Amino acid sequence: MAKELIKGNTAVAEAALRAGLEAYFGYPITPQTELLEHLSARMPEIGRPFVQAESELGAINMVYGAACTGKRVMTSSSSPGVSLMMEGLSYIAGTEVPAVLVDVVRGGPGLGNIAPAQGDYNQIVHGGGHGDYHMLVLAPASVQEAVDLTVLAFDLAEKYRNLVAVLMDGSIGQMMEPAELPPFQPLKTDIPDWAVRGTGGGENRVLTSINLDPPAQEVMNLRLMKRWQEIEKNEVRYKGYYLEDAEYVVVGFGTAGRISLSAVRAAREQGIKVGLLRPITLAPFPKDVLDELTEKAKAFLVVEMNAGQMLEDVRLVVRGRKPVEFFGRMGGVVPYPDEVLTEIERLVDGPLTTEGHPRDRWLARLSETIG
Amino acid sequence: MQQEVIIAGFGGQGVLFAGQLLSYTALDEGKEVTWIPSYGPEMRGGTANCTVVVSDEEIGSPFVKNPTAVIAMNLPSLEKFEDMVEEGGVLVVNASMVNRGVERDDIKVVSIPANEIAQEIGSERAVNMVMLGALLGNLDLLSLDALDKALDNHLPERHKKFLPMNKEALRRGAEYKTEAVEPA
Repeated sequence: MAKELIKGNTAVAEAALRAGLEAYFGYPITPQTELLEHLSARMPEIGRPFVQAESELGAINMVYGAACTGKRVMTSSSSPGVSLMMEGLSYIAGTEVPAVLVDVVRGGPGLGNIAPAQGDYNQIVHGGGHGDYHMLVLAPASVQEAVDLTVLAFDLAEKYRNLVAVLMDGSIGQMMEPAELPPFQPLKTDIPDWAVRGTGGGENRVLTSINLDPPAQEVMNLRLMKRWQEIEKNEVRYKGYYLEDAEYVVVGFGTAGRISLSAVRAAREQGIKVGLLRPITLAPFPKDVLDELTEKAKAFLVVEMNAGQMLEDVRLVVRGRKPVEFFGRMGGVVPYPDEVLTEIERLVDGPLTTEGHPRDRWLARLSETIG
Repeated sequence: MQQEVIIAGFGGQGVLFAGQLLSYTALDEGKEVTWIPSYGPEMRGGTANCTVVVSDEEIGSPFVKNPTAVIAMNLPSLEKFEDMVEEGGVLVVNASMVNRGVERDDIKVVSIPANEIAQEIGSERAVNMVMLGALLGNLDLLSLDALDKALDNHLPERHKKFLPMNKEALRRGAEYKTEAVEPA
């Protein structure tokens, strides 16, 4: 199929539909609205349910109910809307049913603004809803990757009976790039043996997240954690750029990752041996490759559009063996490549330290710039 | 090889479509391309802009601080973007909407009465195509023929009757040639 020029939000919507999305439930919020808008036209066109719920709470609980039937379902929103969904997400996790969430992150906290940001990394990657659960988190950096990861999200959700989040930011949602859309998949016909399908005289199936007996709950918790270990073993994805001979390694995901790519290329032109590790799965986090790079690299620079959230996951892997520095912009401000280049040059010029916290040093520098 | 263009103006001047046409052309020519608009309240304030990056390899940042070229359709756009054009780059200014000269002397400036030209060929709505033509006449980015083809392929059906006018607008714009500036 030929590539077409398509907006990120629209592309994700169309990709989901072609991947066999059987029902969509959502509530409009910028910068995600085109996703919902596209499905509001396309889903009825092909005879599938599209529901604009009364709120994000309504939407996520409709997803919960529909997911219990074993159908491919999803919702999408942006930061404040996703906060409203947290209870429902925890219930979905606790019921072990598959569902897909697309989060087009904007500047925060609070109502914030509608500019691109990555401030919801911790919320999505490290939970946000209550209880011991993990979402599988996919972080595209381009429209094509957003398309491909949306299709993958449904497959992974079903494979592991687990929530999968596609974590983008406003710029990927609003950007147009050439992308090849996936072929139309037929709707699933096989009904999972756990799905509830109404009373047909068959066995009685119960799907719920309530478990009043702590030892029984603990057995369920153990099952979730073992499943997560399996996901950690099988589903790590990342992309490396110029890493073969890299003395310095930039780590960034999504838009911060691709902005860093421009900076890494500019630094390479100056003869600096720097590479880029762009995690595609934020959960599970690409620990092994980072661990290998820690053996080889002189120092790391983590770049994010937040105050250093993935930074902590990087530090957990590097464990003080090599210096880690941080650069971020917050609140919907998007860094330009030359800002990242300056940080790479600073890394090379040194002095480097494994003492203290990189966030403190970054905040001190940032305070001088933006006061 | 990577080149970047920021197109800026009032809402309604066709800024976003001009950028999309450039992007479609790049796509049809087998290039990598990104198009990203200013979105949200900024647009309600009366100004709109988009950034187009055209490259032979995987594009890093879709945001650009110092673009190869800027198309400034009005005075606020000139004020905002004049200083950002890369040294030796191209600044296309809509002289119909701007009452001052350009201060930079290290860039190629194309000053063109785009509104008047658009009116001459039939409609002021073609002003974006005149400006885009002026850019391509002065920057080795994509050919006018390729742009014509993209118009044929991607102009919405209901606008097909405007094809000849749009192509004429591109050509009239491209006739405005300015000498390149020698880097200092």
